[in-house]
Amino acid sequence: MGSVKSIPSPAISADERSHEVDHPSSQVAHFGTEQPLRLDCGVDLSPFQIAYQTYGELNADRSNAVLICHALTGDQHVANVHPVTGKPGWWETLVGPGRPIDPKHYFIICSNVIGGCMGSTGPASINPATGKVWGLDFPVITIPDMVRAQAMLIDRLGIDTLFAVVGGSMGGMQVLQWTAAYPARVYSALAIACATRHSAQNIAFHELGRQAVMADPDWHGGGYADRGIHPHRGLAVARMAAHITYLSDAALHRKFGRRMQDRELPTFSFDADFQVESYLRYQGSSFVERFDANAYLYLTRAMDYFDIAADHGGVLAKAFAGIQTRFCVVSFTSDWLFPTSESRALVHALNASSARVSFAEIETDRGHDAFLLDVPEFFDISRAFLQSAGKARGLTLKDR
Amino acid sequence: MSVQEVLPLNGVATARSGQFRADHLLVAEMVKPGSKVLDVGCGEGDLLQLLETRGIDGRGIELSREGVNRCVAKGLAVVQGDADTDLVNYPDDAFDYVILSQTLQATRQPKLVLENLLRIGRRAIVSFPNFGFWKMRLQLLIGGHMPRTENLPATWYDTANIHFCTIKDFVQLCDEINVKMERSVALDLYGRPVPLNLPWWVWNMFGEQAVFLLSRGGGK
Repeated sequence: MGSVKSIPSPAISADERSHEVDHPSSQVAHFGTEQPLRLDCGVDLSPFQIAYQTYGELNADRSNAVLICHALTGDQHVANVHPVTGKPGWWETLVGPGRPIDPKHYFIICSNVIGGCMGSTGPASINPATGKVWGLDFPVITIPDMVRAQAMLIDRLGIDTLFAVVGGSMGGMQVLQWTAAYPARVYSALAIACATRHSAQNIAFHELGRQAVMADPDWHGGGYADRGIHPHRGLAVARMAAHITYLSDAALHRKFGRRMQDRELPTFSFDADFQVESYLRYQGSSFVERFDANAYLYLTRAMDYFDIAADHGGVLAKAFAGIQTRFCVVSFTSDWLFPTSESRALVHALNASSARVSFAEIETDRGHDAFLLDVPEFFDISRAFLQSAGKARGLTLKDR
Repeated sequence: MSVQEVLPLNGVATARSGQFRADHLLVAEMVKPGSKVLDVGCGEGDLLQLLETRGIDGRGIELSREGVNRCVAKGLAVVQGDADTDLVNYPDDAFDYVILSQTLQATRQPKLVLENLLRIGRRAIVSFPNFGFWKMRLQLLIGGHMPRTENLPATWYDTANIHFCTIKDFVQLCDEINVKMERSVALDLYGRPVPLNLPWWVWNMFGEQAVFLLSRGGGK
């Protein structure tokens, strides 16, 4: 039997990552004890901080603010080089000069969610009560908690109504939560590849990922930070499993097929013979460089708990009763994590509330990940939706 | 721009008058400005765009994904959906008008669809090709084959139009389900309205298509 290589250790140390946790290279809004964040679990989180990036300028009547909500493993660096990985912003296809969400027209805000690990308070932050990393002592947070924190940030920035709230996947859940919780503060909502609740299959995949993290001996019941280590193997496996759900059979086949990695013949070992194995291992190991294992547990949990209808007597339409927000819902044909049927259920509820809604399903074989990729039809729709909303709002867009 | 100015100048009803189709102009003229409208089977959104120019809050449902995406890319509020199955999701009185333009004959349950139109809209505007049009009758009577026209070019085996009716049939259906006809216009082959003072059978013979403005009838 040949040599067996497991997932490589991360190139970035835990120290470098933890520096971004408490001292992010972003703007930070601090909320003191006089302004606690009331969490769904009953705990008042205080003090806490939100790390955020902004692009463009707020206009005189404060009507051009666009809030971008990031997905599970995203962060506030939506359209700038990432301070840890050095990679471009995660949504530079949609946000940036000449893009549908152009800083020339809009004041764009993107904040790290509560429970995250890129500067907003989360399980990797220092618990001021103990002077140690929170770990599993951090209270369990929900999507509504994330949105409540964002609303406090928006208040702090002096913005009453957001021109648009935009997000995909977990970001799309936040968009929907914004419209359900603060309908009057959201002029338009672009909800992409998401759902009003997390399905049983999706909860199952998240549980798989969490168990992978917890099965890593380096996890230490969530107390790894005190020991100066990180359960990078477990987290990498969690990421590998999750990454499969972001793709599609067709996309994997097109990209890798059964092709071998740097070899002609099988090695008759458990080395990464296939390109797809090598690709997944790379995805796993690069992910752990920038992400905290406990944060992964908390954020997947937040998605699992999400169910807008349950918060409104089991009737989804009640969540949107009388809403004036303009909606655009987008799904992708090959997305089996958040399939079109979920978006359609949302659209039916919005119709039942007589909301103004556009709904487009985009044909692609790229799976859930399509919302982050270069899909021109999606950009055309996003651009047109925002332009038409801008016209109705009386926004004057600067000439390109 | 009134319908009368536009229609006689054009050929068949589906011909464009400048930017817009003649039958769309006729429909748009029936809608009061400032009202809220649902266009069922809105295609690529031409009628919705026309309505928007008149300050009407328009929404659309369209079956084909390509049509929907083109509409959304024009900034229109259109969702992918099926008239037969998705109208039930809309609440009562959600719209001032619900428009079904050249789509009734393609639905699986036209009666149910019509009832839903007048449940979710206070008024409905329905247009459809008249199968009693003399050219249709002549093709069946003399030619002995299923009629095909310029506006309905599909063969019997690949047509989406599974429930053709004549103007007379439609009027009977409206009576049956207690629907009030507020206005009715038949357009001849050249898109011109058939004069109102002529009897019904003339409409049914010379109307190539018909446009009806409907409302709920009183209790029976």
